[in-house]
Amino acid sequence: MEEKKATWKELPEADVLEGGSSLQFKTGNWRSSKPLHHMDKCIHCLLCWIACPDGAIVVKEGRFLAINEDYCKGCGICAHECPKKAIEMILENK
Amino acid sequence: MPTLKELSSRPERFVSGHRLCPGCGAGIVARQVMLAINKPVVVGCATGCLEVSSTIFPYSAWKTPWVHSAFENAAATISGAVAAYQSLKKQGRISQEAVFVAFGGDGGTYDIGLQSLSGAAERGHRMLYICYDNQAYMNTGIQRSSATPLGAHTTTSPAGRVLPGKLQHSKDLPAIMVAHGIPYVATAVPGRWNDLVTKVDKAVNCGGFAFMDILSPCRLGWPHEPALTMEITRLAVETCIWPLYEVVEGKYRLTYRPKEKKPVTEWLKLQRRFSHLFKPENASLLEEFQKSIDRGWEQLLKKCESA
Amino acid sequence: MGQNGKKVAKTGNEAFAEAMRQINPDVVAAYPITPATEIVQIFSQFVADGAVKTEFVPAESEHSAMSACIGASACGARSMTGTSAQGLALMWEMLYIAAGLRLPIVMAVVNRALSAPINIHCDHSDTMGARDAGWIQIFSENVQEAYDNLIQAVRIAEHPEVRLPVMATTDGFILSHCLETMEMLSDEQVRQFIGPVPARENLLSSLENNRPITLGALDLQDYYFEHRRQVAEAMVKAGPVISGVAEEFGQRFGRTYGFVEPYRLDDAEVAVVVMGSTTGTAREVVDKLRSAGQKVGVLKIRVFRPFPVEEIVRTLSPLKAVGIMDRADGLNAFCGPLYPEISAALYDEASRPKLVDFIYGLGGRDVSPANIEEIFSDLLQVARTGKKNFNLKYTGVRE
Repeated sequence: MEEKKATWKELPEADVLEGGSSLQFKTGNWRSSKPLHHMDKCIHCLLCWIACPDGAIVVKEGRFLAINEDYCKGCGICAHECPKKAIEMILENK
Repeated sequence: MPTLKELSSRPERFVSGHRLCPGCGAGIVARQVMLAINKPVVVGCATGCLEVSSTIFPYSAWKTPWVHSAFENAAATISGAVAAYQSLKKQGRISQEAVFVAFGGDGGTYDIGLQSLSGAAERGHRMLYICYDNQAYMNTGIQRSSATPLGAHTTTSPAGRVLPGKLQHSKDLPAIMVAHGIPYVATAVPGRWNDLVTKVDKAVNCGGFAFMDILSPCRLGWPHEPALTMEITRLAVETCIWPLYEVVEGKYRLTYRPKEKKPVTEWLKLQRRFSHLFKPENASLLEEFQKSIDRGWEQLLKKCESA
Repeated sequence: MGQNGKKVAKTGNEAFAEAMRQINPDVVAAYPITPATEIVQIFSQFVADGAVKTEFVPAESEHSAMSACIGASACGARSMTGTSAQGLALMWEMLYIAAGLRLPIVMAVVNRALSAPINIHCDHSDTMGARDAGWIQIFSENVQEAYDNLIQAVRIAEHPEVRLPVMATTDGFILSHCLETMEMLSDEQVRQFIGPVPARENLLSSLENNRPITLGALDLQDYYFEHRRQVAEAMVKAGPVISGVAEEFGQRFGRTYGFVEPYRLDDAEVAVVVMGSTTGTAREVVDKLRSAGQKVGVLKIRVFRPFPVEEIVRTLSPLKAVGIMDRADGLNAFCGPLYPEISAALYDEASRPKLVDFIYGLGGRDVSPANIEEIFSDLLQVARTGKKNFNLKYTGVRE
């Protein structure tokens, strides 16, 4: 996570930065528990996706694909919102 | 109204890697708002949780042009951006279509930013101002605001031996914004995403200044189980603590009516900031809380009927 | 004097407003305040008459006016405003932010005393308080200079090596409301001199290029210092740019400007340092004392930020005694704001004058030739004896 830090001469003027660059910053290591998704129960309603504060639910062509563990902070909203109990929260194995 | 499938095909413009708390309501609000706007958009943020957590140099979670200048002036800053856009457009120096959105917490909106908000609304800049309302100054550590509900414990309205938390009711900011005669005012909650998304779309297309007050739970400040963030906003709607309505050109309309109005205690009991209200000595305060919600709901229904 | 200039009679506020019309900014956001009100008032009429292409934002406060200028400038729009005293004070927070975000906003400031007691007349306490905000500050001696300074300010602010906001000032009422003859350039001359806004990545261009930028992010311990260092460097780079712009202005229009303007300093032993409209009075007094055989002179400071250290050292170090005329008080039990900077500039010189601070003209208190003669008389005594009996004197206050 340690980035090479630019000198004042190298940095762009003002504190301008590239939009969307936070994708380089992984927040997955904040978790103490993580969502375990059961595809067999999933109805691809995407309610988990619209409820995730971290955009950590990966959807492809309108269907649930995966949970992106690089960013999931383990809040458990997706598990709570799932109408089919297709997501359960389990302790993170460190 | 777009389906979730349709929304999921849109590009995310509030992306992962921000540092809001796990389960933060503001992250959900920001994502849903940005997904709802199906146009190129320029965003401004007031100083606050959303701003500091989403743009810690050199990482920004905003995949759209974004600016922050200070705390009390998101509306004024974006009003300047809108003026620039109109000027350059008129001169033919840009061809890009764009809409403009400002985000502020309840501190930056109800309190320190009220003047700048009022000025921008009165001048009628074509922009959407979103208050992500977590009902206290959460970024500085949970101090009371004029959006904090009656009886809530905050660090500057603490429940103590003689005082039962905040002594005042929250103010009706949407009504204040309606009084500006702006074309669109609405409330929303992330737990009813379809209502929220529909309203944001209407707001950015209303042709003038639009204001939305969106309830945004704070798992640290309320505090509540983080998994309940969406649920707790739906419960705020079901108890009529946070009714869902819109005001189009001054006309009130309920956008969702609870089938059965739940008692406020259903909402209060999930949050520790209200735990002292359940002590016998605070029974009358609890009663007053319910009464004020009932009163507000009746008044809102009347406004909707007369429209 | 000038080339192609048209002689007109204008007040300082009218001159500022006319310069703004000719600059024809993309956005003006402003709030009225005495004695700067007329600037925005006259400009509003230009907008109403279609004389400018400007989007005008009649903000509900100076804080919002500066905020709107910041939002507009961040979108690549040439943005201007005008204010005075309490209005500038209300902008304080945003002044630092405009500079820190490197936004080339240009502001016409009419200098007025800060409350309390409330007062509407001239002193320099308003802009002196903004001296560390990262704004370039150019003071004007008369209406002509105010006009010329505001036009040059656009070029300086937008220069790619600078990109700092600039304020050009006039003394409240003394210049803002005083009718003087001046030479006005043609609209075309101004348009050509300032040129188009130099291309630079901004919010709207980044939207068009689909490479969105974030401006105004949170810098923690690991980046704030580097970004502030950049602002400091921009102020250093502003020096040669200000000279270059003034030189080009002089070549085109026949009026030349420096950071400072020495008057009869070549063989002088004693001088006063002044800013703004008092300079003319000081020159008159110098002429009178010169004809009586005294070796006296004046140093006018036109550009206060960046601070013209080299010019000050070059012009003042050979003198025996220098009086600094501070039109603001530091309330620090020591001196006004101009004194310590001049003192610090001269400190390392082997030969340097004795310095005495004279705080004068607060709240529009008239400064008469007699006041300045008295200052010179004090300074001549210091020069004769090589000793100071006092470091600070309040000139023109009833004792």
